[in-house]
Amino acid sequence: MQKDQGSSAPSTPTNGRVRHRRRSNEFPVEMSRTNGNHLLANDHNKYRSMWIRACSSLWMLGGFLLILYLGHLYIWAMVVIIQIFMARELFNLLRKAHEDKRLPGFRILNWHFYFTAMLFVYGRIFSHGLVNTVTSDKFFYRLVSRLIKYQMVICYFLYIAGFMWFILTLKKKMYKYQFGQFAWTHMILIVVFTQSAFTVANIFEGIFWFLLPASLIAVNDVAAYFFGFFFGKTPLIKLSPKKTWEGFIGASVATMISAFVLANVFGHFQWLTCPRKDLSTGWLHCDPDPLFKPEYYPLPVWISQRLSWKEIAILPVQWHALWLGLFASIIAPFGGFFASGFKRAFKIKDFGDSIPGHGGFTDRMDCQMVMAVFAYIYHQSFVVPQDYTVEMIINEILSSLTLEEQQILYTKLGQILQERMLGLY
Amino acid sequence: MQKENNNAAVPSAGTTRIRHRKRSSEVVPEPSKANGGNFLVDDRNKYKSMWIRTHSTVWMIGGFALIVYMGHLYITAMVVVIQIFMAKELFNLLRKAHEDRHLPGFRLLNWHFFFTAMLFVYGRLLSQPLVNTVTSDKFLYQFVSNLIKYHMAICYFSYIAGFMWFILTLKKKMYKYQFGQYAWTHMILIVVFTQSSFTVANIFEGIFWFLLPASLIIINDIFAYIFGFFFGRTPLIKLSPKKTWEGFIGASVTTIISAFVLANILGRFKWLTCPRKDLSTGWLQCDPGPLFKPEHHTLPGWITQWFPWKEISILPVQWHALCFGLFASIIAPFGGFFASGFKRAFKIKDFGDSIPGHGGITDRMDCQMVMAVFAYIYHQSFVVREGISVEMIMDQILTNLNFEEQQTLFMKLGQILQERLGHA
Repeated sequence: MQKDQGSSAPSTPTNGRVRHRRRSNEFPVEMSRTNGNHLLANDHNKYRSMWIRACSSLWMLGGFLLILYLGHLYIWAMVVIIQIFMARELFNLLRKAHEDKRLPGFRILNWHFYFTAMLFVYGRIFSHGLVNTVTSDKFFYRLVSRLIKYQMVICYFLYIAGFMWFILTLKKKMYKYQFGQFAWTHMILIVVFTQSAFTVANIFEGIFWFLLPASLIAVNDVAAYFFGFFFGKTPLIKLSPKKTWEGFIGASVATMISAFVLANVFGHFQWLTCPRKDLSTGWLHCDPDPLFKPEYYPLPVWISQRLSWKEIAILPVQWHALWLGLFASIIAPFGGFFASGFKRAFKIKDFGDSIPGHGGFTDRMDCQMVMAVFAYIYHQSFVVPQDYTVEMIINEILSSLTLEEQQILYTKLGQILQERMLGLY
Repeated sequence: MQKENNNAAVPSAGTTRIRHRKRSSEVVPEPSKANGGNFLVDDRNKYKSMWIRTHSTVWMIGGFALIVYMGHLYITAMVVVIQIFMAKELFNLLRKAHEDRHLPGFRLLNWHFFFTAMLFVYGRLLSQPLVNTVTSDKFLYQFVSNLIKYHMAICYFSYIAGFMWFILTLKKKMYKYQFGQYAWTHMILIVVFTQSSFTVANIFEGIFWFLLPASLIIINDIFAYIFGFFFGRTPLIKLSPKKTWEGFIGASVTTIISAFVLANILGRFKWLTCPRKDLSTGWLQCDPGPLFKPEHHTLPGWITQWFPWKEISILPVQWHALCFGLFASIIAPFGGFFASGFKRAFKIKDFGDSIPGHGGITDRMDCQMVMAVFAYIYHQSFVVREGISVEMIMDQILTNLNFEEQQTLFMKLGQILQERLGHA
């Protein structure tokens, strides 16, 4: 996402900071467009702020790679931490210090709802994984399955408690402010938790489905910056005056090509492609999905004459990656436009100031959020073979019956199926 | 929910209007509390507005009873219609006519999101019954299964289209208004659709689970009014100055008792207790389940001396109804407080004026919404789980899945059980 201030460094999301631009980043917008070559300016402050941005980018990139190596559970922890910071930034955004002084404990209400949302969302996502992890211990198993069974009730009553607390703390003359904050809290939690829930669900389907979309957004941002820098002339949208059509189109092409290539690169690592069924942290071995088995296509004659390759190995997942690339280049930038419009509407410069040189977490995550939701929905609809009714019934079996009952069901079903098969012949 | 104006007529939810109070409806609040006896006042206007309220009440009750008689699909249609009216009221509430002239087509965006939410919510809810209805026709079955498979993707792209439309129509100097409207639209849709989707889910589990909570809310309102009228002295909450502690406590007791009694009465009708598995409209025959089979408890000696009954038959569902009554009397009124606070915050008198004498539909539905969500969650957590047995799931497997799917399920279940036993 291009930032609206004068620094024209590429703004890439938190989890992939790739700094290609080593030039000065503070000069007037118009000059940079028309000249195209107005690069190095001799100014200590500019170099210093660029140095700060470079440092924070490198640290973020390094940290991200380390967490990626450590595995699914740690990535989940990172997502949760990013989420907490984003929520804090956004909660603080529209608060008015004057009113807040007269409403003690109102901020705690925000965090209460945050905690409830966390319990609800991650409870649902981890219900299966959690059950699989604790089957060893009899007591824990019963405790965990009971918690899961009543998870919805627990979350509901927590929410109702917050709702009642809100009503009981309504103060005369502050009604409008309090209702506004209440609505704002709900919107924030929905935005933050939808995308992080989908991100986490993707992670446990295989780190590939988290890493690829995130990298595509990063690539799109960087490429849009470069194409805009060198060739940018026609403005794209009034909301973000520094974006150009040339940058947009160039970045789209670059993103789609890199989607195809990156999918091939990532698809070779079992650490990235295997799904994680429980909450352990060890190495993963799995039978790779047919999506990740290379298929060989013989190259047409005129290519094989020039280059030495006779055939090319393509993973079927690369075709899916093309769709992800298309979405990342065309629709995901609207997340950035939304954030820009929002900041203009409420006359804010940045969402926060957690990251030196970049602004807040939300500034980095805006396009990522739109992409994460799409990646999950795409994966669920087009990648996973969806046996809808079978999945529903299996879920019902696993959640409502005890282990003994499940076994009884299994043997009975086996008998009936045997009879049917014999009866058919 | 007591209305904020001086209409002291009985407030009740939009679905059933029961008018017990046949007295004058415009009495000054303080004397009525202090005196308790200031009733009939000779004034034509008061009788006229009371007459209007009575009329609309009777019509609503009649319409509601008819729809309950006609069945699940028609009740769902009624819920959808109420939903549309509520959304329309709420969308219009915080619009500013001046800004709207600068933004043509902005109202259309609201309805686009409404349509997307409708597709999403009812698609999920009705997917299983829909599949069950079209199993006879092979082509239709394929078509419907594909729709369901890609249902989430369809709704998502519809939402994204609305999102992009919103961004492309952002106009300079109107940003704040537009973002405010966007957030307001989301909040409305969430509030309206959460409760209506849970209501519809309840209906298909058995009209009982829709009728009982709704009736309890109405009873609570009526009796809060009556108790407050006769005994009310201590104010309850600053937000609604006409509510009193006496009304609140009296209504709670009455609601819990009537929950117990109503559950018994309603539980005897198969039309109300049988779940509906598909989208047909005919008569229902089913095994009502252990919850609705009467259990006979022998009464203790000292009661049998006084009354001629030796034993009492209690449906197990009546114990669940006690929890419903408790929630309806203690927590559901907070929905009314929320609506009152909201109206004060934004200086509105009523949410709308669809119902003559009562205000808008949202005014009637505020407590109902909180109750509907609770009823669904209670039902899913405590009622459904009790009834599920190996036989029920076997039935489901044998009736809903074809042979290949049964084999797939068998294999998958085998794998999962292997993993579980391996861990243990």
